[in-house]
Amino acid sequence: MSAVMSAGQVLADGVIDFNVQSLVDNFWALTVDGLTYGSIYALVAVGYTLVYGVLRLINFAHSEIFMLGMFGQYAMLMLLGFTPRGDAYEQGTIMTVTYLLLAMIGGMIVSGGAAVGLERVAYRPLRKRGAPSLVFLITAIGASFVIQEFVHFVLPKLTNNELGGSIAQQPIRLVVPSVQFTVFGADVTNVEIVIFVAALVLAFATERFVTLTKFGRGIRAVAQDPVTATLMGVSRERVIMLTFLIGGLLAGAAAMLYTLRVPSGIIYSGGFILGIKAFSAAVLGGIGNLRGALLGGLLLGVMELYGQALFGTEWRDVVAFVVLILVLMIRPTGILGESLGRARA
Amino acid sequence: MSTETARPTLQLSFSDKLRLWWDALARPTQWLIGVPFIVFIALLPVIRPPVLTTVGTDFGGVLAQFGMYALLAIGLNVVVGQTGLLDLGYVGFYAIGAYTVGLLTSPDSPWNLTDDWLSRDWAWLFALPIAIAITAISGLILGTPTLRLRGDYLAIVTLGFGEIVRLLADNLTNLTRGGQGLTKIAYPVAGVSESRPNGVFSAGNSTAPFNSGTWWFWVSIVFIIIVLLIVGNLERSRVGRAWVAIREDEDAAEIMGVPTFKFKLWAFIIGASIGGLSGALYAGQVQFVVPTTFNVINSMLFLCAVVLGGQGNKLGVILGAFVIVYLPNFFLGRTELFGIPIDGNEIANYKYLFFGIALVVLMIFRPQGLIPARQKLLAYGRPIYVATRKAALALNRKPAAAPAAATDAEGGAR
Repeated sequence: MSAVMSAGQVLADGVIDFNVQSLVDNFWALTVDGLTYGSIYALVAVGYTLVYGVLRLINFAHSEIFMLGMFGQYAMLMLLGFTPRGDAYEQGTIMTVTYLLLAMIGGMIVSGGAAVGLERVAYRPLRKRGAPSLVFLITAIGASFVIQEFVHFVLPKLTNNELGGSIAQQPIRLVVPSVQFTVFGADVTNVEIVIFVAALVLAFATERFVTLTKFGRGIRAVAQDPVTATLMGVSRERVIMLTFLIGGLLAGAAAMLYTLRVPSGIIYSGGFILGIKAFSAAVLGGIGNLRGALLGGLLLGVMELYGQALFGTEWRDVVAFVVLILVLMIRPTGILGESLGRARA
Repeated sequence: MSTETARPTLQLSFSDKLRLWWDALARPTQWLIGVPFIVFIALLPVIRPPVLTTVGTDFGGVLAQFGMYALLAIGLNVVVGQTGLLDLGYVGFYAIGAYTVGLLTSPDSPWNLTDDWLSRDWAWLFALPIAIAITAISGLILGTPTLRLRGDYLAIVTLGFGEIVRLLADNLTNLTRGGQGLTKIAYPVAGVSESRPNGVFSAGNSTAPFNSGTWWFWVSIVFIIIVLLIVGNLERSRVGRAWVAIREDEDAAEIMGVPTFKFKLWAFIIGASIGGLSGALYAGQVQFVVPTTFNVINSMLFLCAVVLGGQGNKLGVILGAFVIVYLPNFFLGRTELFGIPIDGNEIANYKYLFFGIALVVLMIFRPQGLIPARQKLLAYGRPIYVATRKAALALNRKPAAAPAAATDAEGGAR
């Protein structure tokens, strides 16, 4: 019986430790960092939410679109003449911001193009055949395999081992994180400010775009009622393409911001977990709802870091999954509800 | 949708002819052909046919892995193919099965039973039913809250489950030793001889062709046959009809009085326990478990086996499992094929790329898979099914008169 006894002891010894002190001590620092990550999740979540709102489809391969964005911005920096090195490049604020913008555009071009291409190659033929949603999901999984393995094995061959492969890219650092000011004793670095502000601006711009412009009205119309929208002269195919494009562009921007925070995260498998988290964020806020994506992203980012402080770094990724499962069980429509179609201009 | 895809398969394809021929045979004749065929498959690792035998890895080991993947594919097929629930965390059940055996029989684990009162010779057999039971319970625990969700949400939640199981195995270092893994897991000790002091199932038994891989392949064939009999009978019962009804239209099934949640849960539990069985076999064969074996990407691989082979068709998914396991290993370590020099390792590297492309292309052009499932007339039994099939094929020879009855008998191709 001693084996069973020792089993009880293992559980009593505390397989998982709670560290409330760590959470209390670093509360504001965790909040700041959480908002930084959260704003990145929010941008990626917008991509899931838009596509879901219009097509009722979970674009499973969106995480790989994000991953391609990381490589896109890296490639752009290399085209601009930067090479990976240990320390950061110093060129003064204006030049740094210019280069960062260019890198972001590089990421956005690659991600946006990939998202539209994915829609063309993988999803459009299925829509033409009226395939069930299970088929879309399986296709998306296949597509993410293809994109990942393309970066893993094919891209290094095409770029003379400069890009891709099984190890992460050597980081190109344009910005040295330096503390700008403190909030309740928590240091706020320039990197964190850039990420947070850029993400907010982009999210706000997207929201305005969908609410105010003619294209945005088309998106909302198709989300609300595809048949009636088509009858009213909205081209459904064009709206769908636009939706994928916006999602891709935001994922590319998010990818650049993410590499500012995690410079060594540029790897072929780097999109998967982040994609799951962004999806969780979208569901948390209410999938199909743009403001929900923003709210859900920020909330998830903060909760994740609180969870990390409480349970330890190794449990960080579990937080997103647990949040996702809890939200779906308790309130499947998310905090703000699913309402891309219902939003009024 | 259904008519467009069903009609072309009504043309007399080779597989159609083969199927009709097989269906028209008497049961004893089917046995006369089937049993020698299974025996031939079982003897493959002993015969080691020249081109087919793998070069880079041991052929017996590859076939043992195929056996486990075939079990996984059959189990996942119950969930995905029969019931139409997309489970992306199936690897979690595989992991739970393997880790249950590991935790109960590895000396590294605090829950090791083999020190005190359980003989190491019998520990694996003792742990096997426990592993199946625990995976079934974990299927129940995962299924109860999540099976009320919409289909696409279920996919993501199960994906999260698969990842959580791996993270638990990685992080509960007190129990699982994390990345170091559990070593010296028990295996059945049988066939001890001079040259094989630890019995034929020990991983140390590496003298081909009767090495441990071959023996484990035989064990898995036995389990595959048992599981096929159980699952096949379930499919032909009320349970199977309920599954198909849920897959085709859940709302309609519910309205017709099928307790959908209950039957979805059953599918989940049965699928999970088959996954656990496969995991237990894996733990016994390799006698070592580490978390990296149970990466979520493996779930996608299992799904690929099911989709490739043909969702809902048991033989199809076994073929799918064979393709998934065998093809990469076929190329591994090969430098030439029929005199043409190739870089086999390079090709084996690309396996996920090829499987990904295969998934996309299959979904667009042949969503029913290599061997599509045919919906049989479940309620009326085999003679009527054979009769209608014959009638359908006879009518098909005059394509002008493609009758409604033919499409009914064919109906399963979605």
